Amino acid sequence: MREITFAEALGEAILEEMEKDPTIFTYGEDIAKQGGIFGQYKSLLGKFKDRVIDTPISEEVIYGSALGAALAGARPVVEFHFADFIFTGITSIVNQIMKFKHMTGGQGKIRVVLRGPDGIAQSAAAQHSESIETIFMYIPGIKVVVPSTPYDMKGLLKTALRSDDPVIVFEHKMLYKIKGPVPEEEYLIPFGKADIKREGKDVTVVTTSRMVHESLKASEELQKEGISVEVIDLRTLIPWDKEVVLKSVKKTHHLVIAHETWKRAGWGAEIAATVQEEAFDYLDAPILRVGAKNVHISFSPPLQNYIVPDYKSVIDTVRRVLNV
Amino acid sequence: MGDYSKDFLITLYKMMVRIRVFEQKAEELFLQGKLPGFIHLYIGEEAIATGAISNLRKDDYITSTHRGHAHMLSKGASMDRMMAELYGKKTGYCKGKGGSMHIADVSIGVLGANGEVGGGLPIAVGAAMAIKMQKKDSVVITFFGDGASNRGSFHESLNWASVYKLPVIFLCENNQFASTARVQETTSVENISDRAVGYNMKGVTIDGNDVLLVYETVKEAVDRARNGGGPTLIEAKTYRLKGHFVGDPVLYRDQKEVEGFWKKEPIGRFENYLFENGFMSEHQKKKIWDDFLDEVNNAVKFAEESEYPLPEEALTDLFEDDTGYDY
Repeated sequence: MREITFAEALGEAILEEMEKDPTIFTYGEDIAKQGGIFGQYKSLLGKFKDRVIDTPISEEVIYGSALGAALAGARPVVEFHFADFIFTGITSIVNQIMKFKHMTGGQGKIRVVLRGPDGIAQSAAAQHSESIETIFMYIPGIKVVVPSTPYDMKGLLKTALRSDDPVIVFEHKMLYKIKGPVPEEEYLIPFGKADIKREGKDVTVVTTSRMVHESLKASEELQKEGISVEVIDLRTLIPWDKEVVLKSVKKTHHLVIAHETWKRAGWGAEIAATVQEEAFDYLDAPILRVGAKNVHISFSPPLQNYIVPDYKSVIDTVRRVLNV
Repeated sequence: MGDYSKDFLITLYKMMVRIRVFEQKAEELFLQGKLPGFIHLYIGEEAIATGAISNLRKDDYITSTHRGHAHMLSKGASMDRMMAELYGKKTGYCKGKGGSMHIADVSIGVLGANGEVGGGLPIAVGAAMAIKMQKKDSVVITFFGDGASNRGSFHESLNWASVYKLPVIFLCENNQFASTARVQETTSVENISDRAVGYNMKGVTIDGNDVLLVYETVKEAVDRARNGGGPTLIEAKTYRLKGHFVGDPVLYRDQKEVEGFWKKEPIGRFENYLFENGFMSEHQKKKIWDDFLDEVNNAVKFAEESEYPLPEEALTDLFEDDTGYDY
């Protein structure tokens, strides 16, 4: 199978859907002429010129306009530039986009896709490095997509582009350039279906995004010691695939949850609570979590790398949960 | 003043009276403890919604505010479902999930009242983007208050609409008060329309209690927007005759001042014009008010006889499909 990058997979999904659906248009900062700060829109350069639009730095309108555009029959795909800047216009997302349908008794099809980069990269420091997907799992009203591979990126984004509900997609900056197999023929990946990225029998690691790759690397190391790790990539947090997680825990009896966002009250806590509610008797050890330390992402590389987890954090935590 | 047919003038009058009658009934019901939540009354500001929305077609859009009953009614909402929503009943526009402050009817182009001051402007701008992208000739009026003109969303939305020449009319209802704060004490300019120059768009301040002037001013802006001429900022100066919400102790102004403004309220003023020019008789006037009193009383009956939603209906309507609920 051919291999393409995560960014190319993203571009293909948008271009293919724009060909089919004339109501799709996409806008945000630095996308039309530059192809995105991280090259995420490079494959859209020069295409659909009046439907790929550079905008002012006006986050409240970038997000809030998407609701109005959807209510007026369009399907806007909005880039949030950096996950950190979601906070700049968050009222438009939380108070408007995420509440509109429920608050109005089910009116409108809120066909809004918000997408953009999150996570650490190249010492971007505190205001350009955050992962904040937990917030959108916590507040009701939006589907949350956190892809880890080019294949998943394309299939999930195509589903988002056909959804009648708002969707937010977090694309880790360090993933845009990774390559992976993506078929030429069309496919879609439904929301709420986890992917078992590696099968194992001793411990389950539930993860998403960049930490999928760190967890796979950790699993290879641990395999050398005879520890068999099952790596489950949730792919979407709303909805999240409880069945696959519970089934795996019932097999391995040990659970680690790994994410780049802060450990304290990060989404791993929700997964852990659900598993202890529904599969307590199957657990042979307390559920452990891997996440960022509860400070802001620092600039200096040794500081950044100390705060944010990597494969070594996963290895340490798996050893702790297995008590080896 | 332009050359208007008697029918048109009476239509404007009726629309204002219908709003007033609805608001007075809502106030009465709230004071009787029949309505949950908060309500914000439009009494004294009827000329703005009426004059503005009389220019719109069904496929045009508006965004409204927390003080938004009038915008809904003017765009064609039924009193029955409005009142049912105020009661929190299942038959309301939002099935009881929204209430007064979040009332909407997308099917008639009302893209929501808004509990957030300034929350509607970005939504209006987005609807206008969709209109332009789909090469339609609809327009959007976004209503907001003097308080909203001090929000960041005002700045971002006006700049954005100007840059893309979007078919939006920014209609500021300057009722002199942002909740309890006087506009003069919280706003850098005397006329909010002065701010239009910063966005390279036409700005105009008018007497918002003059329904025909509102109609004419908005007509010019709607025509411009429909023909690709871009946005306009209109400031309609009025006066909020009631408190910020029903039950507001109103410690921030003198009752004498309010009484002075009751003499300038738009309905009585337009009534005099209609009488003086022989467009309406006392008898016709009485019939108009009586008809709307009947309509509102029937709406109250409809609301009171309607069922409350079942508690578990709270769990519906979050999403279009059935995934992502995760109770």
